[in-house]
Amino acid sequence: SCACRLSYSAANMSSYFFVIVAPGDKPVYSEDFRFGTSGREESMHMSEFIVHAALDHVDDTVWRTGSMNLRVVDKFNDSFVSAYVTPSNVRLMLMHSARNEDSIRNFFTEVHELYAKALMSPFYSPGEPIKSAVFQQRVQAIAKRHFG
Amino acid sequence: MARNLQRAGELAFAKMEKINSEVLTLTYGSIVAQLVKDYEDVEEVNKQLEMMGYNMGIRLVDEFLAKSHVGSCQSFRDSAEVIAKVGLRMFLGVSATVSQWSQDGNEFSLVMEENPLHEFVDIPEHLRGLYYCNILCGVIRGALEMLNMRVDAQYVRCKLRGDAHSEIRVKLIEILEDQYPEDDE
Repeated sequence: SCACRLSYSAANMSSYFFVIVAPGDKPVYSEDFRFGTSGREESMHMSEFIVHAALDHVDDTVWRTGSMNLRVVDKFNDSFVSAYVTPSNVRLMLMHSARNEDSIRNFFTEVHELYAKALMSPFYSPGEPIKSAVFQQRVQAIAKRHFG
Repeated sequence: MARNLQRAGELAFAKMEKINSEVLTLTYGSIVAQLVKDYEDVEEVNKQLEMMGYNMGIRLVDEFLAKSHVGSCQSFRDSAEVIAKVGLRMFLGVSATVSQWSQDGNEFSLVMEENPLHEFVDIPEHLRGLYYCNILCGVIRGALEMLNMRVDAQYVRCKLRGDAHSEIRVKLIEILEDQYPEDDE
């Protein structure tokens, strides 16, 4: 069977893969969120690939709407990729299997605020990977609040 | 003569011209970030910040005395309270508490619960030894030197390092006496 074949069990419905992509298509942050699942079927590499491939769709969709939240921009088998583009062209990408648009929108909005605050630190330059432990804890808390 | 230093601090702060706090924190943050880039060694950056603060302190003290109307201090204890309640309040917008006096009365701690310079700052792992607000230690040293007190001021706790509050330990090294000419009679 094909190495790319993805299969999702019913128990896998609450898994999310989140990436922050800076201009120039550089990922600066990524995190796997799993709530009450037995584990994901595809590898991290596959998730990264799917999200990266969705970036082209983001570039198309971004011109068709005035809002930052682009909602679902791409689909791959049973996963969806939703996107949110900030005014500085930073893309918040979320790969998910469950379709809960409201939760996703709220998640994106809160992470956007968190990201804007992280930018204010004098020791962080835009485009660099975000290494702050506090940032990671807060992203996890936001995800837990909306998806957990 | 009892004087309400808290009130003096509030009045002095009210008289000062204000700027947007984000401008201050971002400007200070850029200075520290640039020093880190230029010197690359955290200890050297701490030293440079302290020296910058010293140069500020020797100049600020005159403005402080002119605008705050606190009059002269009767003792080192008095000086400590004035710095905490009036000086810091006037220039930084937040006041501190004086605590942990040593037995001989020559050392004390300035404890700050909050500091506007800390806003949004996240110190990365490789800069662990950085005392981000070390400039304040220099300001205290410079200001007190102009008033004939030679002190040593060091950070012992910092909120940005995960401690509950920020604390500067100030030690009096010597009082420099004014030299007066001998009286003829």
